[in-house]
Amino acid sequence: MSGIWVVVEERDGRVSRISWEAVSAGQKLAALTGLAANAVVIGAQTEALATEVAAKALGKAVRIVHPLLAAYTADGFTLALQQFIESEKPDYVVFPHTYQVRDYAPKLAARLGQVLIGDVTGFGEGPVFVRQLMQGRLNGSYRHSGNGPCFVSVQAGAFRADEVQVGSAAISAFTPTIEQAQIRTKPSERFRGAAQTVDLGSAQLIVGVGRGIKDPANIPIAQELATALGAELGASRPICDNGWLPMERQIGSSGQTISPKLYLAVGISGAIQHLVGIKGSQCVVAINKDPDAPIFEVADYGIVGDLMEVVPALTEALKAAKQ
Amino acid sequence: MKIIVAIKQVPERDAQVRIDASGKWIEESGVQFALNESDAYALEEALQLKEKHGGEVVVLTAGPERVGPTIREALAKGADRAIHIDCADLGSRDALGVAKLLAAAVKPENPDLILTGLQSDDLGLGQTGVILAELLGLPHSSLILHVEKTDTGLTVKRELEEGWFRTIELPLPAVLTIQSGGNKLRYATLMGIKRAKTKEVRTVTAAELAVNSAPVAVLERVALPQKQKSTQILPGNPKEAAAALVEKLKFEARVL
Repeated sequence: MSGIWVVVEERDGRVSRISWEAVSAGQKLAALTGLAANAVVIGAQTEALATEVAAKALGKAVRIVHPLLAAYTADGFTLALQQFIESEKPDYVVFPHTYQVRDYAPKLAARLGQVLIGDVTGFGEGPVFVRQLMQGRLNGSYRHSGNGPCFVSVQAGAFRADEVQVGSAAISAFTPTIEQAQIRTKPSERFRGAAQTVDLGSAQLIVGVGRGIKDPANIPIAQELATALGAELGASRPICDNGWLPMERQIGSSGQTISPKLYLAVGISGAIQHLVGIKGSQCVVAINKDPDAPIFEVADYGIVGDLMEVVPALTEALKAAKQ
Repeated sequence: MKIIVAIKQVPERDAQVRIDASGKWIEESGVQFALNESDAYALEEALQLKEKHGGEVVVLTAGPERVGPTIREALAKGADRAIHIDCADLGSRDALGVAKLLAAAVKPENPDLILTGLQSDDLGLGQTGVILAELLGLPHSSLILHVEKTDTGLTVKRELEEGWFRTIELPLPAVLTIQSGGNKLRYATLMGIKRAKTKEVRTVTAAELAVNSAPVAVLERVALPQKQKSTQILPGNPKEAAAALVEKLKFEARVL
Protein backbone atom coordinates (compact mmCIF):
# COMPACT_ATOMS: atom_id res chain seq x y z
CA MET A 1 0.00 0.00 0.00
CA SER A 2 1.29 3.46 -0.83
CA GLY A 3 -0.66 6.10 1.02
CA ILE A 4 -3.15 8.67 -0.19
CA TRP A 5 -3.46 9.77 -3.83
CA VAL A 6 -5.44 12.85 -4.79
CA VAL A 7 -6.72 13.00 -8.39
CA VAL A 8 -6.38 16.59 -9.59
CA GLU A 9 -8.46 18.17 -12.38
CA GLU A 10 -7.78 21.22 -14.49
CA ARG A 11 -9.95 24.21 -15.31
CA ASP A 12 -8.77 26.54 -18.09
CA GLY A 13 -5.27 25.06 -17.98
CA ARG A 14 -4.81 25.48 -14.22
CA VAL A 15 -5.49 23.23 -11.25
CA SER A 16 -9.18 23.84 -10.44
CA ARG A 17 -10.24 25.32 -7.13
CA ILE A 18 -12.15 22.22 -6.03
CA SER A 19 -9.04 20.14 -6.84
CA TRP A 20 -7.08 22.23 -4.34
CA GLU A 21 -9.85 21.54 -1.84
CA ALA A 22 -9.35 17.81 -2.54
CA VAL A 23 -5.57 18.23 -2.02
CA SER A 24 -6.37 19.95 1.29
CA ALA A 25 -8.61 16.99 2.25
CA GLY A 26 -5.83 14.59 1.22
CA GLN A 27 -3.33 16.38 3.45
CA LYS A 28 -5.78 16.31 6.39
CA LEU A 29 -6.44 12.61 5.82
CA ALA A 30 -2.65 12.11 5.80
CA ALA A 31 -2.38 13.84 9.17
CA LEU A 32 -5.19 11.66 10.56
CA THR A 33 -3.88 8.33 9.26
CA GLY A 34 -0.12 8.90 9.32
CA LEU A 35 0.07 8.06 5.61
CA ALA A 36 1.75 10.18 2.92
CA ALA A 37 -0.35 12.36 0.59
CA ASN A 38 0.45 12.38 -3.13
CA ALA A 39 -1.25 13.69 -6.25
CA VAL A 40 -1.88 12.61 -9.85
CA VAL A 41 -2.76 14.69 -12.88
CA ILE A 42 -4.21 13.04 -16.01
CA GLY A 43 -4.28 14.12 -19.63
CA ALA A 44 -2.27 14.60 -22.79
CA GLN A 45 -0.55 17.81 -21.56
CA THR A 46 0.09 17.67 -17.85
CA GLU A 47 3.46 19.41 -17.32
CA ALA A 48 2.07 22.74 -16.14
CA LEU A 49 -0.45 21.11 -13.79
CA ALA A 50 2.22 18.83 -12.31
CA THR A 51 4.46 21.86 -11.70
CA GLU A 52 1.64 23.62 -9.81
CA VAL A 53 0.93 20.51 -7.71
CA ALA A 54 4.62 19.81 -7.01
CA ALA A 55 4.88 23.09 -5.07
CA LYS A 56 2.69 21.64 -2.31
CA ALA A 57 3.47 19.43 0.67
CA LEU A 58 3.05 16.11 -1.13
CA GLY A 59 5.26 13.01 -1.44
CA LYS A 60 4.95 12.57 -5.19
CA ALA A 61 3.27 14.30 -8.12
CA VAL A 62 2.61 11.82 -10.92
CA ARG A 63 1.61 12.75 -14.47
CA ILE A 64 -0.57 10.06 -16.07
CA VAL A 65 0.03 10.81 -19.73
CA HIS A 66 -1.44 9.41 -22.94
CA PRO A 67 -2.60 11.01 -26.21
CA LEU A 68 -5.99 9.29 -25.79
CA LEU A 69 -6.53 11.16 -22.53
CA ALA A 70 -6.58 14.59 -24.22
CA ALA A 71 -10.38 14.71 -24.10
CA TYR A 72 -12.14 13.27 -21.06
CA THR A 73 -13.91 9.94 -21.57
CA ALA A 74 -15.10 7.61 -18.82
CA ASP A 75 -13.45 4.67 -20.60
CA GLY A 76 -10.07 6.40 -20.98
CA PHE A 77 -9.86 7.82 -17.47
CA THR A 78 -11.06 4.54 -15.90
CA LEU A 79 -8.45 2.49 -17.78
CA ALA A 80 -5.63 4.92 -16.99
CA LEU A 81 -6.42 5.17 -13.28
CA GLN A 82 -7.15 1.45 -12.99
CA GLN A 83 -3.63 0.66 -14.27
CA PHE A 84 -2.07 3.31 -12.06
CA ILE A 85 -3.90 2.05 -8.96
CA GLU A 86 -3.03 -1.57 -9.69
CA SER A 87 0.63 -0.60 -9.91
CA GLU A 88 0.71 1.85 -7.00
CA LYS A 89 -1.75 0.09 -4.62
CA PRO A 90 -2.91 3.17 -2.71
CA ASP A 91 -4.74 3.05 0.62
CA TYR A 92 -6.97 5.99 -0.31
CA VAL A 93 -7.88 7.72 -3.57
CA VAL A 94 -9.37 11.19 -3.07
CA PHE A 95 -11.29 13.03 -5.83
CA PRO A 96 -12.97 16.43 -6.11
CA HIS A 97 -16.72 15.70 -6.45
CA THR A 98 -17.14 17.18 -9.93
CA TYR A 99 -19.51 16.24 -12.76
CA GLN A 100 -16.53 14.53 -14.42
CA VAL A 101 -15.66 12.47 -11.32
CA ARG A 102 -19.33 11.52 -10.91
CA ASP A 103 -19.17 10.12 -14.45
CA TYR A 104 -16.22 7.73 -13.98
CA ALA A 105 -15.19 7.28 -10.33
CA PRO A 106 -18.10 4.89 -9.50
CA LYS A 107 -17.11 2.81 -12.55
CA LEU A 108 -13.42 2.80 -11.60
CA ALA A 109 -14.21 1.78 -8.02
CA ALA A 110 -16.57 -1.00 -9.17
CA ARG A 111 -13.96 -2.37 -11.57
CA LEU A 112 -11.64 -2.80 -8.59
CA GLY A 113 -14.41 -4.30 -6.43
CA GLN A 114 -14.75 -1.08 -4.42
CA VAL A 115 -17.46 1.54 -3.83
CA LEU A 116 -16.87 5.29 -3.95
CA ILE A 117 -17.88 7.15 -0.78
CA GLY A 118 -19.01 10.22 -2.70
CA ASP A 119 -19.71 13.88 -1.96
CA VAL A 120 -18.02 13.76 1.45
CA THR A 121 -18.28 16.86 3.66
CA GLY A 122 -15.87 15.76 6.39
CA PHE A 123 -14.16 12.87 8.12
CA GLY A 124 -12.98 11.84 11.55
CA GLU A 125 -11.26 9.09 13.51
CA GLY A 126 -11.66 5.63 11.99
CA PRO A 127 -11.62 7.12 9.45
CA VAL A 128 -15.34 7.66 9.21
CA PHE A 129 -16.55 9.74 6.25
CA VAL A 130 -19.60 11.98 6.51
CA ARG A 131 -21.93 12.66 3.58
CA GLN A 132 -25.40 14.16 3.33
CA LEU A 133 -28.58 12.11 2.89
CA MET A 134 -32.25 13.00 2.36
CA GLN A 135 -31.49 16.23 0.46
CA GLY A 136 -29.29 17.52 3.27
CA ARG A 137 -31.75 16.76 6.08
CA LEU A 138 -29.59 13.97 7.45
CA ASN A 139 -25.87 13.17 7.73
CA GLY A 140 -24.57 9.63 7.24
CA SER A 141 -21.27 8.27 8.57
CA TYR A 142 -19.64 5.74 6.27
CA ARG A 143 -16.76 3.37 6.83
CA HIS A 144 -14.82 1.48 4.15
CA SER A 145 -14.65 -2.22 4.81
CA GLY A 146 -12.61 -4.95 3.19
CA ASN A 147 -9.34 -4.96 1.31
CA GLY A 148 -8.26 -2.65 -1.45
CA PRO A 149 -8.21 1.10 -1.82
CA CYS A 150 -10.85 3.34 -0.27
CA PHE A 151 -12.31 5.78 -2.84
CA VAL A 152 -13.60 9.13 -1.57
CA SER A 153 -14.80 12.29 -3.34
CA VAL A 154 -15.12 15.60 -1.51
CA GLN A 155 -17.94 18.12 -1.89
CA ALA A 156 -17.17 21.58 -3.27
CA GLY A 157 -16.49 23.99 -0.41
CA ALA A 158 -16.19 21.30 2.28
CA PHE A 159 -12.41 21.71 2.59
CA ARG A 160 -10.42 24.91 2.25
CA ALA A 161 -8.16 25.46 -0.74
CA ASP A 162 -6.26 28.15 1.18
CA GLU A 163 -5.26 25.58 3.80
CA VAL A 164 -3.20 23.50 1.34
CA GLN A 165 0.29 23.22 2.78
CA VAL A 166 3.17 24.22 0.56
CA GLY A 167 6.29 22.13 0.08
CA SER A 168 7.88 20.29 -2.77
CA ALA A 169 7.11 16.99 -4.44
CA ALA A 170 9.05 14.90 -6.94
CA ILE A 171 7.42 14.78 -10.39
CA SER A 172 7.34 11.52 -12.34
CA ALA A 173 5.34 10.14 -15.27
CA PHE A 174 3.15 7.06 -15.70
CA THR A 175 2.12 5.90 -19.16
CA PRO A 176 -0.94 3.65 -19.28
CA THR A 177 -1.70 1.27 -22.15
CA ILE A 178 -4.86 2.39 -23.91
CA GLU A 179 -6.13 1.36 -27.36
CA GLN A 180 -8.41 3.63 -29.41
CA ALA A 181 -10.97 0.80 -29.66
CA GLN A 182 -11.32 0.70 -25.86
CA ILE A 183 -12.81 4.20 -25.88
CA ARG A 184 -16.44 3.75 -26.83
CA THR A 185 -17.81 7.27 -26.42
CA LYS A 186 -17.01 10.30 -28.56
CA PRO A 187 -17.26 13.68 -26.80
CA SER A 188 -17.61 17.06 -28.52
CA GLU A 189 -16.10 20.33 -27.32
CA ARG A 190 -18.09 21.80 -24.44
CA PHE A 191 -20.56 24.55 -25.27
CA ARG A 192 -22.77 27.04 -23.45
CA GLY A 193 -26.53 26.83 -23.55
CA ALA A 194 -28.52 29.97 -24.23
CA ALA A 195 -26.58 33.22 -24.13
CA GLN A 196 -26.20 34.33 -20.52
CA THR A 197 -27.89 37.70 -20.34
CA VAL A 198 -28.54 37.58 -16.61
CA ASP A 199 -25.40 37.94 -14.52
CA LEU A 200 -26.40 36.80 -11.05
CA GLY A 201 -22.72 36.31 -10.19
CA SER A 202 -22.11 40.01 -9.64
CA ALA A 203 -25.56 40.98 -8.29
CA GLN A 204 -25.48 42.40 -4.75
CA LEU A 205 -29.11 41.69 -3.84
CA ILE A 206 -30.83 38.48 -4.95
CA VAL A 207 -34.21 36.92 -4.23
CA GLY A 208 -34.25 33.17 -4.91
CA VAL A 209 -37.48 31.29 -5.41
CA GLY A 210 -37.99 27.54 -4.89
CA ARG A 211 -40.53 24.74 -4.93
CA GLY A 212 -42.45 26.31 -2.05
CA ILE A 213 -43.92 28.82 -4.50
CA LYS A 214 -46.09 25.88 -5.68
CA ASP A 215 -47.56 27.45 -8.83
CA PRO A 216 -46.17 29.59 -11.68
CA ALA A 217 -49.05 32.00 -11.01
CA ASN A 218 -47.36 32.81 -7.68
CA ILE A 219 -44.02 33.89 -9.22
CA PRO A 220 -45.14 37.56 -9.36
CA ILE A 221 -45.22 37.81 -5.55
CA ALA A 222 -41.51 36.91 -5.49
CA GLN A 223 -40.88 39.31 -8.39
CA GLU A 224 -42.62 42.10 -6.47
CA LEU A 225 -40.35 41.45 -3.48
CA ALA A 226 -37.30 41.56 -5.77
CA THR A 227 -38.52 44.84 -7.32
CA ALA A 228 -39.15 46.43 -3.92
CA LEU A 229 -35.65 45.43 -2.87
CA GLY A 230 -34.00 46.38 -6.17
CA ALA A 231 -32.83 42.77 -6.39
CA GLU A 232 -32.33 40.25 -9.19
CA LEU A 233 -34.67 37.28 -9.22
CA GLY A 234 -33.07 33.82 -9.20
CA ALA A 235 -34.43 30.32 -8.70
CA SER A 236 -33.60 26.80 -7.59
CA ARG A 237 -33.37 24.09 -10.20
CA PRO A 238 -36.94 22.68 -10.04
CA ILE A 239 -38.38 26.11 -10.88
CA CYS A 240 -36.26 26.33 -14.05
CA ASP A 241 -36.86 22.64 -14.89
CA ASN A 242 -40.58 23.39 -14.86
CA GLY A 243 -40.06 26.42 -17.10
CA TRP A 244 -41.51 28.82 -14.51
CA LEU A 245 -38.38 30.97 -14.82
CA PRO A 246 -35.72 30.80 -17.56
CA MET A 247 -32.68 28.52 -17.06
CA GLU A 248 -30.37 31.54 -16.97
CA ARG A 249 -31.84 32.45 -13.58
CA GLN A 250 -30.88 29.13 -12.00
CA ILE A 251 -28.67 29.28 -8.90
CA GLY A 252 -26.61 26.26 -7.85
CA SER A 253 -24.02 23.78 -9.05
CA SER A 254 -25.54 23.44 -12.51
CA GLY A 255 -26.48 27.12 -12.74
CA GLN A 256 -24.84 30.29 -11.49
CA THR A 257 -22.70 30.74 -8.40
CA ILE A 258 -23.64 33.86 -6.46
CA SER A 259 -21.92 36.04 -3.85
CA PRO A 260 -24.35 38.87 -3.02
CA LYS A 261 -24.53 41.02 0.09
CA LEU A 262 -28.03 39.69 0.69
CA TYR A 263 -29.61 36.46 -0.51
CA LEU A 264 -33.28 36.02 0.30
CA ALA A 265 -34.37 32.39 -0.22
CA VAL A 266 -38.11 32.07 -0.63
CA GLY A 267 -39.61 28.58 -0.44
CA ILE A 268 -36.20 26.99 -1.02
CA SER A 269 -35.53 23.91 1.11
CA GLY A 270 -31.78 24.06 0.50
CA ALA A 271 -30.69 20.97 -1.43
CA ILE A 272 -26.91 20.49 -1.53
CA GLN A 273 -26.73 21.52 -5.19
CA HIS A 274 -28.33 24.85 -4.34
CA LEU A 275 -26.30 25.53 -1.18
CA VAL A 276 -23.06 25.03 -3.12
CA GLY A 277 -24.08 27.94 -5.34
CA ILE A 278 -24.88 30.41 -2.52
CA LYS A 279 -21.87 29.79 -0.27
CA GLY A 280 -20.38 33.19 -1.05
CA SER A 281 -23.43 35.11 0.18
CA GLN A 282 -22.70 37.58 2.98
CA CYS A 283 -26.16 37.43 4.57
CA VAL A 284 -28.74 34.71 3.95
CA VAL A 285 -32.43 35.06 4.81
CA ALA A 286 -34.76 32.07 4.54
CA ILE A 287 -38.54 32.12 4.35
CA ASN A 288 -39.93 28.60 4.58
CA LYS A 289 -42.87 26.81 6.16
CA ASP A 290 -40.65 23.89 7.30
CA PRO A 291 -38.49 24.84 10.33
CA ASP A 292 -36.31 21.75 9.65
CA ALA A 293 -35.50 22.73 6.04
CA PRO A 294 -31.70 22.57 5.46
CA ILE A 295 -31.72 26.21 4.26
CA PHE A 296 -32.05 27.24 7.93
CA GLU A 297 -28.66 25.61 8.60
CA VAL A 298 -26.97 28.32 6.58
CA ALA A 299 -29.39 31.21 7.12
CA ASP A 300 -28.57 34.25 9.28
CA TYR A 301 -32.25 35.21 9.61
CA GLY A 302 -35.33 33.15 9.12
CA ILE A 303 -39.08 33.46 9.05
CA VAL A 304 -41.00 30.22 9.46
CA GLY A 305 -44.36 30.57 7.81
CA ASP A 306 -46.49 30.51 4.68
CA LEU A 307 -44.60 32.41 2.01
CA MET A 308 -47.90 33.48 0.43
CA GLU A 309 -48.43 35.61 3.54
CA VAL A 310 -44.86 36.42 4.56
CA VAL A 311 -43.53 37.57 1.17
CA PRO A 312 -46.24 40.22 0.49
CA ALA A 313 -45.83 41.45 4.10
CA LEU A 314 -42.09 41.78 3.57
CA THR A 315 -42.61 43.60 0.26
CA GLU A 316 -44.86 46.09 2.06
CA ALA A 317 -42.40 46.49 4.96
CA LEU A 318 -39.56 47.22 2.50
CA LYS A 319 -41.65 49.78 0.63
CA ALA A 320 -42.60 51.43 3.93
CA ALA A 321 -38.94 51.51 5.05
CA LYS A 322 -37.92 53.28 1.84
CA GLN A 323 -40.39 56.12 2.29
CA MET B 1 -35.79 -0.36 -29.30
CA LYS B 2 -36.10 -2.28 -26.05
CA ILE B 3 -35.54 0.08 -23.13
CA ILE B 4 -35.22 -0.81 -19.46
CA VAL B 5 -35.81 2.01 -16.99
CA ALA B 6 -34.45 1.43 -13.50
CA ILE B 7 -36.53 3.37 -10.97
CA LYS B 8 -36.52 3.77 -7.21
CA GLN B 9 -39.23 4.50 -4.70
CA VAL B 10 -38.07 7.12 -2.17
CA PRO B 11 -39.61 9.04 0.76
CA GLU B 12 -41.62 12.11 -0.33
CA ARG B 13 -39.52 15.27 -0.36
CA ASP B 14 -41.27 16.86 2.59
CA ALA B 15 -41.31 13.63 4.62
CA GLN B 16 -40.50 14.19 8.26
CA VAL B 17 -37.01 13.00 9.12
CA ARG B 18 -36.88 11.09 12.41
CA ILE B 19 -34.04 8.69 13.15
CA ASP B 20 -35.11 5.09 13.77
CA ALA B 21 -34.14 2.81 16.67
CA SER B 22 -31.18 1.31 14.76
CA GLY B 23 -29.66 4.79 14.34
CA LYS B 24 -28.89 3.85 10.75
CA TRP B 25 -31.93 5.15 8.88
CA ILE B 26 -35.10 7.17 9.26
CA GLU B 27 -38.30 5.96 10.86
CA GLU B 28 -40.38 4.90 7.85
CA SER B 29 -43.73 4.50 9.59
CA GLY B 30 -46.01 7.34 8.56
CA VAL B 31 -43.72 8.33 5.68
CA GLN B 32 -45.28 8.68 2.22
CA PHE B 33 -43.27 7.25 -0.67
CA ALA B 34 -43.02 8.42 -4.27
CA LEU B 35 -41.19 7.81 -7.53
CA ASN B 36 -37.69 9.34 -7.38
CA GLU B 37 -37.72 12.60 -9.35
CA SER B 38 -34.88 12.02 -11.84
CA ASP B 39 -36.19 8.46 -12.41
CA ALA B 40 -39.49 10.03 -13.49
CA TYR B 41 -37.50 11.96 -16.13
CA ALA B 42 -35.73 8.73 -17.18
CA LEU B 43 -39.14 7.07 -17.64
CA GLU B 44 -40.38 10.07 -19.64
CA GLU B 45 -37.33 9.91 -21.93
CA ALA B 46 -37.93 6.17 -22.47
CA LEU B 47 -41.61 6.69 -23.30
CA GLN B 48 -40.76 9.45 -25.81
CA LEU B 49 -38.08 7.28 -27.47
CA LYS B 50 -40.63 4.46 -27.76
CA GLU B 51 -43.18 6.84 -29.30
CA LYS B 52 -40.62 7.92 -31.93
CA HIS B 53 -38.88 4.62 -32.67
CA GLY B 54 -41.22 1.87 -31.43
CA GLY B 55 -40.23 -0.97 -29.14
CA GLU B 56 -40.85 -1.75 -25.51
CA VAL B 57 -40.36 0.01 -22.17
CA VAL B 58 -39.73 -2.22 -19.16
CA VAL B 59 -39.49 -0.72 -15.68
CA LEU B 60 -37.19 -2.36 -13.18
CA THR B 61 -37.10 -1.66 -9.47
CA ALA B 62 -35.67 -3.18 -6.33
CA GLY B 63 -37.41 -2.73 -3.01
CA PRO B 64 -39.87 -4.17 -0.52
CA GLU B 65 -43.56 -4.81 -1.16
CA ARG B 66 -44.46 -1.13 -0.72
CA VAL B 67 -42.95 -0.29 -4.16
CA GLY B 68 -46.10 -1.77 -5.80
CA PRO B 69 -47.94 1.56 -6.27
CA THR B 70 -44.81 3.17 -7.76
CA ILE B 71 -44.57 0.33 -10.30
CA ARG B 72 -48.28 0.77 -11.16
CA GLU B 73 -47.72 4.51 -11.59
CA ALA B 74 -44.95 3.84 -14.14
CA LEU B 75 -47.15 1.32 -15.97
CA ALA B 76 -50.05 3.81 -15.94
CA LYS B 77 -47.82 6.41 -17.58
CA GLY B 78 -47.12 3.99 -20.42
CA ALA B 79 -44.46 1.42 -19.54
CA ASP B 80 -45.31 -1.98 -21.05
CA ARG B 81 -44.33 -4.27 -18.18
CA ALA B 82 -42.31 -4.36 -14.98
CA ILE B 83 -39.77 -6.42 -13.11
CA HIS B 84 -39.82 -6.12 -9.32
CA ILE B 85 -36.77 -7.36 -7.42
CA ASP B 86 -38.32 -8.13 -4.06
CA CYS B 87 -35.73 -7.01 -1.58
CA ALA B 88 -36.47 -6.03 2.02
CA ASP B 89 -32.86 -5.20 2.90
CA LEU B 90 -32.13 -2.66 0.14
CA GLY B 91 -30.85 -0.12 2.67
CA SER B 92 -28.11 -2.42 3.94
CA ARG B 93 -26.65 -2.87 0.44
CA ASP B 94 -24.23 -0.33 -1.01
CA ALA B 95 -24.38 1.08 -4.56
CA LEU B 96 -22.36 -1.86 -5.92
CA GLY B 97 -24.66 -4.35 -4.17
CA VAL B 98 -27.80 -2.72 -5.62
CA ALA B 99 -26.25 -2.45 -9.10
CA LYS B 100 -25.40 -6.17 -8.95
CA LEU B 101 -29.06 -6.99 -8.27
CA LEU B 102 -30.19 -4.81 -11.18
CA ALA B 103 -27.50 -6.22 -13.51
CA ALA B 104 -28.58 -9.79 -12.74
CA ALA B 105 -32.18 -8.90 -13.64
CA VAL B 106 -31.22 -6.91 -16.77
CA LYS B 107 -28.88 -9.50 -18.36
CA PRO B 108 -31.48 -12.04 -19.58
CA GLU B 109 -33.54 -9.17 -21.06
CA ASN B 110 -30.80 -8.03 -23.49
CA PRO B 111 -32.07 -4.44 -23.79
CA ASP B 112 -30.83 -1.91 -26.35
CA LEU B 113 -30.82 0.89 -23.82
CA ILE B 114 -30.93 1.21 -20.04
CA LEU B 115 -32.02 4.50 -18.48
CA THR B 116 -32.09 5.56 -14.86
CA GLY B 117 -32.26 8.81 -12.92
CA LEU B 118 -28.96 10.45 -12.12
CA GLN B 119 -29.39 10.08 -8.36
CA SER B 120 -31.90 9.16 -5.71
CA ASP B 121 -33.55 11.79 -3.54
CA ASP B 122 -32.90 9.77 -0.37
CA LEU B 123 -29.31 8.47 -0.49
CA GLY B 124 -28.15 10.79 -3.26
CA LEU B 125 -25.29 8.48 -4.25
CA GLY B 126 -25.64 9.05 -8.00
CA GLN B 127 -23.70 5.88 -8.77
CA THR B 128 -26.12 3.04 -9.53
CA GLY B 129 -26.44 3.65 -13.29
CA VAL B 130 -22.71 4.14 -13.82
CA ILE B 131 -21.86 0.96 -11.89
CA LEU B 132 -24.60 -0.94 -13.71
CA ALA B 133 -22.92 -0.03 -17.03
CA GLU B 134 -19.58 -1.31 -15.74
CA LEU B 135 -21.09 -4.60 -14.52
CA LEU B 136 -22.82 -5.14 -17.88
CA GLY B 137 -19.71 -4.13 -19.86
CA LEU B 138 -21.63 -1.33 -21.60
CA PRO B 139 -20.65 2.26 -22.43
CA HIS B 140 -22.47 4.95 -20.47
CA SER B 141 -22.92 8.65 -20.08
CA SER B 142 -24.31 10.48 -17.05
CA LEU B 143 -26.29 13.68 -16.34
CA ILE B 144 -28.08 13.48 -19.69
CA LEU B 145 -30.70 16.07 -20.68
CA HIS B 146 -31.44 15.05 -24.25
CA VAL B 147 -31.24 11.76 -26.20
CA GLU B 148 -31.31 11.36 -29.96
CA LYS B 149 -31.16 8.05 -31.80
CA THR B 150 -28.82 7.99 -34.79
CA ASP B 151 -27.95 5.33 -37.40
CA THR B 152 -24.95 4.20 -35.37
CA GLY B 153 -26.24 4.62 -31.82
CA LEU B 154 -27.06 7.69 -29.76
CA THR B 155 -26.16 11.35 -29.56
CA VAL B 156 -26.76 12.71 -26.07
CA LYS B 157 -26.49 16.11 -24.38
CA ARG B 158 -24.60 15.95 -21.10
CA GLU B 159 -24.82 18.67 -18.46
CA LEU B 160 -21.59 20.12 -17.07
CA GLU B 161 -21.12 22.67 -14.30
CA GLU B 162 -22.08 26.36 -14.47
CA GLY B 163 -24.27 26.28 -17.54
CA TRP B 164 -21.96 24.32 -19.86
CA PHE B 165 -22.90 21.24 -21.88
CA ARG B 166 -21.23 18.60 -24.01
CA THR B 167 -22.55 16.41 -26.80
CA ILE B 168 -21.48 12.77 -26.69
CA GLU B 169 -21.89 10.02 -29.27
CA LEU B 170 -22.08 6.45 -28.07
CA PRO B 171 -23.00 3.07 -29.55
CA LEU B 172 -25.86 0.83 -28.41
CA PRO B 173 -26.46 -0.98 -26.16
CA ALA B 174 -25.66 1.67 -23.57
CA VAL B 175 -26.61 3.02 -20.15
CA LEU B 176 -27.63 6.66 -19.55
CA THR B 177 -28.35 8.41 -16.28
CA ILE B 178 -30.93 11.13 -16.84
CA GLN B 179 -30.87 14.60 -15.27
CA SER B 180 -34.19 16.18 -14.37
CA GLY B 181 -35.63 18.97 -16.49
CA GLY B 182 -34.84 17.69 -20.00
CA ASN B 183 -38.47 16.84 -20.76
CA LYS B 184 -41.89 17.74 -19.48
CA LEU B 185 -43.29 14.93 -17.34
CA ARG B 186 -46.61 13.39 -18.33
CA TYR B 187 -49.44 12.48 -16.01
CA ALA B 188 -51.08 9.08 -16.07
CA THR B 189 -54.44 9.17 -17.86
CA LEU B 190 -57.52 7.41 -16.53
CA MET B 191 -57.22 4.95 -19.41
CA GLY B 192 -53.54 4.45 -18.51
CA ILE B 193 -54.41 3.71 -14.89
CA LYS B 194 -57.01 1.19 -16.00
CA ARG B 195 -54.64 -0.51 -18.43
CA ALA B 196 -51.86 -0.69 -15.85
CA LYS B 197 -53.91 -3.13 -13.79
CA THR B 198 -53.61 -5.78 -16.49
CA LYS B 199 -49.93 -5.27 -17.33
CA GLU B 200 -47.33 -7.86 -16.37
CA VAL B 201 -45.33 -7.35 -13.16
CA ARG B 202 -42.81 -10.13 -12.73
CA THR B 203 -41.38 -10.54 -9.24
CA VAL B 204 -37.99 -12.07 -8.57
CA THR B 205 -36.51 -12.27 -5.12
CA ALA B 206 -33.08 -10.90 -4.31
CA ALA B 207 -32.16 -14.41 -3.11
CA GLU B 208 -32.98 -15.88 -6.55
CA LEU B 209 -30.57 -13.46 -8.20
CA ALA B 210 -27.83 -14.80 -5.90
CA VAL B 211 -25.51 -11.80 -5.71
CA ASN B 212 -23.10 -10.93 -2.93
CA SER B 213 -24.72 -8.35 -0.70
CA ALA B 214 -21.90 -7.58 1.77
CA PRO B 215 -21.31 -3.82 1.52
CA VAL B 216 -17.87 -2.26 0.98
CA ALA B 217 -19.10 1.25 1.91
CA VAL B 218 -20.92 0.70 5.20
CA LEU B 219 -23.41 3.27 6.51
CA GLU B 220 -22.73 3.05 10.24
CA ARG B 221 -24.85 5.82 11.69
CA VAL B 222 -27.08 8.73 10.71
CA ALA B 223 -27.45 12.00 12.58
CA LEU B 224 -29.31 15.26 12.20
CA PRO B 225 -26.99 17.92 10.76
CA GLN B 226 -25.55 20.57 13.04
CA LYS B 227 -26.26 24.13 12.14
CA GLN B 228 -23.40 25.98 10.46
CA LYS B 229 -24.82 29.32 11.55
CA SER B 230 -27.09 30.28 14.40
CA THR B 231 -30.19 31.46 12.62
CA GLN B 232 -32.24 34.22 14.22
CA ILE B 233 -35.83 33.16 13.69
CA LEU B 234 -38.06 36.20 13.66
CA PRO B 235 -41.29 35.46 15.52
CA GLY B 236 -44.77 36.91 15.27
CA ASN B 237 -47.39 37.11 12.56
CA PRO B 238 -46.19 37.70 8.97
CA LYS B 239 -46.46 41.47 9.30
CA GLU B 240 -44.53 41.61 12.58
CA ALA B 241 -41.88 39.18 11.39
CA ALA B 242 -41.43 41.10 8.11
CA ALA B 243 -41.04 44.42 9.94
CA ALA B 244 -38.53 42.88 12.37
CA LEU B 245 -36.56 41.41 9.46
CA VAL B 246 -36.29 44.77 7.68
CA GLU B 247 -34.96 46.31 10.92
CA LYS B 248 -32.37 43.54 11.29
CA LEU B 249 -31.22 43.80 7.67
CA LYS B 250 -30.89 47.59 7.95
CA PHE B 251 -29.29 48.06 11.35
CA GLU B 252 -27.70 44.72 12.31
CA ALA B 253 -26.59 43.05 9.06
CA ARG B 254 -26.36 46.46 7.32
CA VAL B 255 -27.10 44.98 3.91
CA LEU B 256 -29.92 47.34 2.94
